[in-house]
Amino acid sequence: MPTDPPAAESSALSRRTFVTTTVAVGGAVAVGDLVAAPLALGAAPAAATEAVLSTRVSLVVNGKQVTATVDNRTSLLDLLREHLGLTGSKKGCNAGACGACTVLVDGRRVNGCLTLAVRLEGAKVTTIEGLENGDRLHPLQQAFIDQDAFQCGFCTPGQIMSGIGCLQEGHTGSADEIREWMSGNLCRCGCYVKITRAVEQAARWK
Amino acid sequence: MSPQPQKAVGSPLSRVEGRLKVTGRADYAVDHDIPGAVHAVVVDSSIALGRITGMDTSAAESYPGVLKVITHLNAPRLVYRDYPGTNPRGRRLRAFQDDQVLFFGQPVAVVVATTIEAAQHAASLVEVSYESRQSTTDLTGRPGNVIGNYARGDAEAAFAAADVRLERRFDLARNHHNPLEPHATTARWDGEKLTLWDKTQGVNLTRNEVCAVFDIPPENVRVISPFVGGGFGSGLRTWPHVIIAALAAREVGLPVKLALSRRQMYFTVGHRPRYDYRLRLGADRGGRVTAMLHEPSYETSNHESFWEATLALGQMLYNVPNVSQVLRNVPLDINTPLWMRGPGYSSTAFCIEVAMDELAHELGVDPVELRLRNEPTRDPSTGQAFSTRRLTECFRTGAREFGWSRRNPKPRSTRDGDWLIGTGVATGCYDTWLGQAQAHARLDANGTAAVQSATSDAGPGTYTSMTQLAADALGLAVREVEFRLGDTTMPVAPPQGSSQTMASVGSAVQDTCDKLRQQAIRLAVGDQRSPLHGVNPDDVVVIGGRLQVKDKPARGETYRQLFARNNLTHLEANGSYTPQADSPYSMYGYSAVFAEVGVDARLGLVRVRRILSVFDVGRVISPKLADSQALGGMIGGIGMALLEHTVTDHRDGRIVNANLADYLVPVNADIRDLRAIYLDGDDRRADPIGVKGLAELVKVGVAPAIANAVFHATGRRVHELPITAEALL
Amino acid sequence: MYPFSYTKVSDVPAAVKAGSDGGRYIAGGTTLVDLMRETVERPGALVDISALPLRDIAATKGGGLRIGALARMAEVAAHPTVRALYPVISQALELSASPQLRNMASIGGNIMQRPRCTYFRDVTAACNRREPGSGCAAREGFNRTHAILGTSDHCVATHPSDAAVAFAALEATVHLLGPGGERTVGFADFLLRPGATPQREQNLRPGELITAVEIPSHPRPLRSGYLKVRDRQSYEFALISAAVALHVRGGVIQTAKVAAGGVGTVSWKLSAVERRLIGQRPSEALWTQAAEVAAEGAQPLTHNGFKVELLKRTVERQLRVVGGTR
Repeated sequence: MPTDPPAAESSALSRRTFVTTTVAVGGAVAVGDLVAAPLALGAAPAAATEAVLSTRVSLVVNGKQVTATVDNRTSLLDLLREHLGLTGSKKGCNAGACGACTVLVDGRRVNGCLTLAVRLEGAKVTTIEGLENGDRLHPLQQAFIDQDAFQCGFCTPGQIMSGIGCLQEGHTGSADEIREWMSGNLCRCGCYVKITRAVEQAARWK
Repeated sequence: MSPQPQKAVGSPLSRVEGRLKVTGRADYAVDHDIPGAVHAVVVDSSIALGRITGMDTSAAESYPGVLKVITHLNAPRLVYRDYPGTNPRGRRLRAFQDDQVLFFGQPVAVVVATTIEAAQHAASLVEVSYESRQSTTDLTGRPGNVIGNYARGDAEAAFAAADVRLERRFDLARNHHNPLEPHATTARWDGEKLTLWDKTQGVNLTRNEVCAVFDIPPENVRVISPFVGGGFGSGLRTWPHVIIAALAAREVGLPVKLALSRRQMYFTVGHRPRYDYRLRLGADRGGRVTAMLHEPSYETSNHESFWEATLALGQMLYNVPNVSQVLRNVPLDINTPLWMRGPGYSSTAFCIEVAMDELAHELGVDPVELRLRNEPTRDPSTGQAFSTRRLTECFRTGAREFGWSRRNPKPRSTRDGDWLIGTGVATGCYDTWLGQAQAHARLDANGTAAVQSATSDAGPGTYTSMTQLAADALGLAVREVEFRLGDTTMPVAPPQGSSQTMASVGSAVQDTCDKLRQQAIRLAVGDQRSPLHGVNPDDVVVIGGRLQVKDKPARGETYRQLFARNNLTHLEANGSYTPQADSPYSMYGYSAVFAEVGVDARLGLVRVRRILSVFDVGRVISPKLADSQALGGMIGGIGMALLEHTVTDHRDGRIVNANLADYLVPVNADIRDLRAIYLDGDDRRADPIGVKGLAELVKVGVAPAIANAVFHATGRRVHELPITAEALL
Repeated sequence: MYPFSYTKVSDVPAAVKAGSDGGRYIAGGTTLVDLMRETVERPGALVDISALPLRDIAATKGGGLRIGALARMAEVAAHPTVRALYPVISQALELSASPQLRNMASIGGNIMQRPRCTYFRDVTAACNRREPGSGCAAREGFNRTHAILGTSDHCVATHPSDAAVAFAALEATVHLLGPGGERTVGFADFLLRPGATPQREQNLRPGELITAVEIPSHPRPLRSGYLKVRDRQSYEFALISAAVALHVRGGVIQTAKVAAGGVGTVSWKLSAVERRLIGQRPSEALWTQAAEVAAEGAQPLTHNGFKVELLKRTVERQLRVVGGTR
């Protein structure tokens, strides 16, 4: 029985690994002109021999070209939220287990939390903020309002983006099919009956 | 005064904030754009009991981007004043004030850095060493402290003399609220003034705690919380991370955003406690329950004595002459629990309602009929009349709509391929809680109104329902009224808990808007230039923004005309609601819950095929939203019955399944046919707007209805939650 | 998450070179990024292989199937050839994870998934896979979801992949390319049982890359399907699963391919069940009799004893479903 917890060992491992891999590069990220300059960190620039831990990446977000130097660790979700000011995509678990971060990458629904931003060179990303056409809501957004398919609203952007994926994939043949193909998005308020109806409504509109 | 026509109230409005929510523009606790904000990440203890013997923060501190690492070694001493509030009795966890570890996952340090990536990584570099002691986290077999007693009649004697006796022991798993939005706080100091954007079910809860911890006056703290990504109770207390965010912001001199990870959501923001519930039930052959003896024990922490309303149902739900109750809580090396949807009632209802089903089976009496035979005419615990109690009607309506009469009472009598089909029923009930609330309303010369109260909207639709009440009271269209909430600068409201918001804040909004309307009416009838001059104010109503004589609608004028002529920019009013101190009535909401399940008995799978609940909740202000809330409660009940179980490794007090892949909540595919019926009602004995509260009630009774349906399907009676494959194979 | 360098490679030789230099391959990233965030995984260099031309899905000459390692789970599941030839693969994939994750995750990555053990994922717990020699917290801990077959004193975690169960049943081969050239490994030899070295999970040499998974040709007609038993209806790992493929000719079972998931430290081939089926006529009694040996050698732990019986019943059920005696 591990009465003596393994924390110390595990920390020791952290430390060793840390020493061998880290270099003196700031965690700060500059993103074109989209955000205010990050705080000056006073960190020394990476020496030429050291591994490069941040990368310049260009992608299209909601139709706009974005070029950013990102910490390689930055997820698409954090790029959107922390650097592009697009906080509609939510961090519910940060582990691919809730779907609140769902966005479209090159037209397919994915979990933004498990997508490294550095891998998105040339990609087209659509978020909840990119759905409106002028003042007009996307039919699925309107369906969510009509069917009352949300309560607290936190999972809603992910549900809608996932619903758009579901519609595009054509998994709307029956309520059961929608239920299964919308099961990657948790709703703790319990709006599933109405989420399914909203996707059905949008499928009819389509 | 003449009652206003009710146009908005009772109509199926869509959520007024819907557009913000479907476009991603509703800002939750860490969505607000706060220039210059940096990020804080909490480091958790990896032992459940002991003390911190060493803290090496050097690697973390030297990591690029890190601004500060705060631990008990360098944190400033905080006052942590006690105050009359809702914190449980005991000594609350004090962030970084000593070296003691009280439970697994307790915050032991916080790292503040300029980016999320740096803060998270540096948090993993903090090395903590501990002197660990053997923790105790298992409720089983521990005596606990008696924290409540009740007796009427002679329950032991009546039980001994009963024709039919049942003795059961229930084990109900610990559950976590798990709102989809992790708890989070953004903190900013401007000199002595602190602003917090917090995930909370009550902005004043946060302010009270922060003032007490930092010893600062309330006027120096503003808490803002316009959108709350679910709570289900976890936001009814100000947990340590809020203090840590404020502390970190002060220490680094910058605004700080602190969001708990999903894993941390299992450590420090409460849970529905595990129950060990012994229940004995005696009845006569005619199905009248003669004795109920309750011995519930639930978890609490070693540092605080948690209390929830576990006893009420056992005293008032059925007309039982002899009742005894002994309530215990069992101190363990865990975080303190916190009220979760239908607190106390959900757990107790499971035990009573499963036992009632067993009794019905034993006696060969229909389970619905058994409940009707034990229906009281007055509250048996107080002798009070019920404000309203229409449980019988709930059952009759439900039985009809559900098709209950077609049921073959014999277990294992219905099959659909590999699935055994069963149906079950249970009663739901929850106290009508009422709290003091205040509101403010302002009517502008352009004929629009703004109403506000420092309440919360964690999902029930408070924005919408209050708008509906205000619109009718002011005689305006819904789009002409804006309701604002979630800010301590607004008039005080109770936290959004115990289903009290609609009744309490709603009554305050009603009072405020009534006052404001009457103010305008008085102005008109006293104004010689008004067509309403000289009319008895009690004969004036406002419809579509026009003040008019009730019986002669042609005579009148609009708010705009009245205001313009009098050179008024606006009128405003403050109003409030104070519950009656000693109401002569027993006030509860009721439901009859019918469930149908399919059980693949060979594989141990349970799937809920349909649920129908019929509710007696008084008046329904916002039917479209009330329907959603009821369905949500059913889904919560499905989780409680079949899936949810926070698992602790009692060897070291570790929570094993602290993530959403291993702690299972229902997904869309689990949910099929759910239906809610609200009896048309209006309970003005309960409160001025006639409502009895929804949010808790809609979950109570769901889990036992499912368990009873599982028995009907399989003949297998399960006394443990959740009901999983191993119990059915 | 520990910092790492990032390189995207555009051809296979460059990938193998980078992998041989110590780089860690990343394809869909759904397992790796998740575990990196938990600091379970701490690679210093990531080699992004998503642009490599390893995405084709095609029938092979003999009537088999070759699935490029970088084909996404969703693409494989929906592919008409896969659906036609091996419904068991499509079903296993569509019952996995969520639509979003299936859009991201690759087939190669799917079979490379690390164990789904909560102690493995918790860096403050003892785990021999994560830190060899630190002990196994699950063996005496909470182990309801853990393995009953192929366990060792060092590890009792299940292999979480559904597709791997179908591949094990169908006796797939895994095509590898490394600094030493190409080689092919049978599925039974690809995933390694923990033994005394649970940190070694696959039969892979340094720098080796999975290029494809190939299903050999099986006699036609072949009926196949996948059954996944779990607490909730979707978006959950298997408590128990069964992949079954049967070829019946002249009223007699000529070929039987059966494997189970959720029970073994690797996807578990049920050869004993297969032997009881071959040469027999399909019947209810046969399914029961064959499934009886499904849990041979099982060693249940404190909380997963129910899996022994549930495994037999799951196999029996899926034999019946695929065998079509009803």
